[in-house]
Amino acid sequence: MSEKQVHTFRGGVHPVFDGKNFASGKAIENAPPLAEYTLAISQNIGAPPELVVKVGDKVLKGQLIAQAKGFVSVPLHSPTSGTVARIEPVDGAMGMPVPGIVIAADGEDKAAEPMPPMDYATADPAAIRDRIRDAGIVGMGGAAFPTHVKLAPPPDKKIDCLILNGAECEPYLTSDHRTMLETPERVLRGAAAVARVLGVAEPLLGIESNKPDAIAALREHAAKYHVRVVELETRYPQGGEKQLIAALTGRKVPAGGLPMDVGCVVQNVGTAAAIADALDGIALFERVTTVTGGVVAHPGNFRLRLGTPVIEAIRFAGGVTEEPGKVLMGGPMMGFAQRSLKVPVCKNTSGIVLLSPRDVTQYESTGCIRCGRCLEVCPMHLMPSLLGSAVESEKYELAAQNYIMDCIECGACAYVCPAHRPLVQHIRRGKAELRRQKQAGKK
Amino acid sequence: MNTMFAGTLLMLVFGVILGAAIGVAARFFRVKRDARIDLVLELLPGANCGGCGRAGCSDFAAAAVAGEIAPGACPVNSQANKAAIAKVLGVELGDAVPMRAVVLCGGGRNQTLQDTIYNGVTDCVSASLVAGGAKECRYGCMGLASCARACPFGAIEIVNNLAVVHAELCVGCGKCVSVCPRKLIKLVPADATVHVYCSNPEKAPAKKRVCAVPCIGCRKCVRTAEGKFVVNNGFCASAAYDAAPFATAEDVEKIGCPTGTLLTAARHLEIERTEPDWSMEKK
Repeated sequence: MSEKQVHTFRGGVHPVFDGKNFASGKAIENAPPLAEYTLAISQNIGAPPELVVKVGDKVLKGQLIAQAKGFVSVPLHSPTSGTVARIEPVDGAMGMPVPGIVIAADGEDKAAEPMPPMDYATADPAAIRDRIRDAGIVGMGGAAFPTHVKLAPPPDKKIDCLILNGAECEPYLTSDHRTMLETPERVLRGAAAVARVLGVAEPLLGIESNKPDAIAALREHAAKYHVRVVELETRYPQGGEKQLIAALTGRKVPAGGLPMDVGCVVQNVGTAAAIADALDGIALFERVTTVTGGVVAHPGNFRLRLGTPVIEAIRFAGGVTEEPGKVLMGGPMMGFAQRSLKVPVCKNTSGIVLLSPRDVTQYESTGCIRCGRCLEVCPMHLMPSLLGSAVESEKYELAAQNYIMDCIECGACAYVCPAHRPLVQHIRRGKAELRRQKQAGKK
Repeated sequence: MNTMFAGTLLMLVFGVILGAAIGVAARFFRVKRDARIDLVLELLPGANCGGCGRAGCSDFAAAAVAGEIAPGACPVNSQANKAAIAKVLGVELGDAVPMRAVVLCGGGRNQTLQDTIYNGVTDCVSASLVAGGAKECRYGCMGLASCARACPFGAIEIVNNLAVVHAELCVGCGKCVSVCPRKLIKLVPADATVHVYCSNPEKAPAKKRVCAVPCIGCRKCVRTAEGKFVVNNGFCASAAYDAAPFATAEDVEKIGCPTGTLLTAARHLEIERTEPDWSMEKK
């Protein structure tokens, strides 16, 4: 694998306007403190953690407020010092209320005693893994899957490849870009720690070619941490786990399988940076989030405490210049439209995107014209046209036979469809319906 | 002349031979079929709705003759036809209560807050996947007609952004019940005409914040009309559908539901049609 060659996968799209310019040149800023933080208790996939504090308790910044319950679960830490004001449901990013906790800040922002620091190069791998769990680290690219679970593959799966995901292919988002550019050593140190846990000699860091400054910054330090920085073509969804594995190793994750089935583990660069902090003894209670979009007065990248409501994050970015057409959590391709601006920032909130009314044009969709463009761009090599029509006519069996469950919902098909068919929406409905049927079958 | 005669003769001979062949084939390759199947099939509505759980009417007829399904199991059929089927089969017709569907939500366009704009696929399941649906009440009817499209009898109408079942067209096949992502549709005895049009299990203040016509769980109906109403989960009342007597229009009058959630089906439809000024802003 030469460093000159630009790697990629088959399929995908490249949005003409990727919106990266709004915030890619803006250095990460610390957000000013707030009077109140509303945290969702469950910020990870798997079992929600269990609260260990009650209303009226005093907490310090970084103090444990909910402990992991079971293996696929991570603890949660307080974003500031203060008191537990209320334990009540908060608006969730998916539109439904979720259990939450409100912390009233005392303004002192006093940190709890940090965990003892660890050296990534000499510490026991199992101890590093435990530290990653205790610091509450999850996949920060968006999935929120507990990181320590990924680092404990079953004994029959031999992991020989660690991939750091710095592609950041989603339009508008620049939080990973800035993290890699401003703190390359943090990212690389975290990567080296994960490599030590997995016993991988040389991890690969994949990064899209539209971030030459970050590539240069990483390459300057990469040798010291035995990480190989590989340039990838700027193409969406290059940062999809399976696409990244294909681009960097040529391996193909089987349908319904996991990266570990082909000996790979993929970690987001933001996660790696958080792991470096965890080794220094600091738990995960803040993250870099891009607040951007055409209507944001001063788009930028902010170090936001967990539990910062979206509306406050928008205020940090100077508010809006006009009424936004849509507020998304995540990027414009895969993000979720929000109904409430009280939704708090979670461990996986990589961006808050405010699209202008002109950006959210509504199209009248027509029938499939069988042009096959969606088949060309589908990075999972599925047939979105067929899946969409199957779900529309409620033939869920047919959709399942054509691997609807392997869809990663990247939206490339809907992006290119000349008939403006809401293909992802149909596929998501089909997946929800099939999951419901499966669950009903179990009962 | 000769040619024409020969042709006619040839066709005649062929006709006789083929006719005989068909006759022989019909005799020897005959599939034995119970004549009663066709008789039963004629007494079925022929809508192939699947409400009985079978693949269609002919499947039902075959199953009924084979004794696998009760003659009155077709939820769509009239009482007279059910009795006729029982007579054809020579069995007793059990007394099955005819059922009707009802959508237990009264929060139409003016009654329930709806401050998000949903402009995606017009389908309730799709809408519920985007930020939990546009309506502020997460338990209410979204009015995107998934049930109306599923109904083979056209019995569901969307009035005032709310699905309403026309009991006179509904046959109780239950197809709509399974498609509703909010599980608002219930099959109830056809004689029950009074319903509590709310399915939100939350506490009263949460409901009143988003809806002008919620059931606030005051239990007035339970106390006034003994045995005709129940409160299942503490915060939302429901008419008792288990056994007659069911609540009547007089009961509705007597109870005087403070939020106007408890109504007869007819009055409910009338209210939604006339769009009274329930406006949440004015409240």
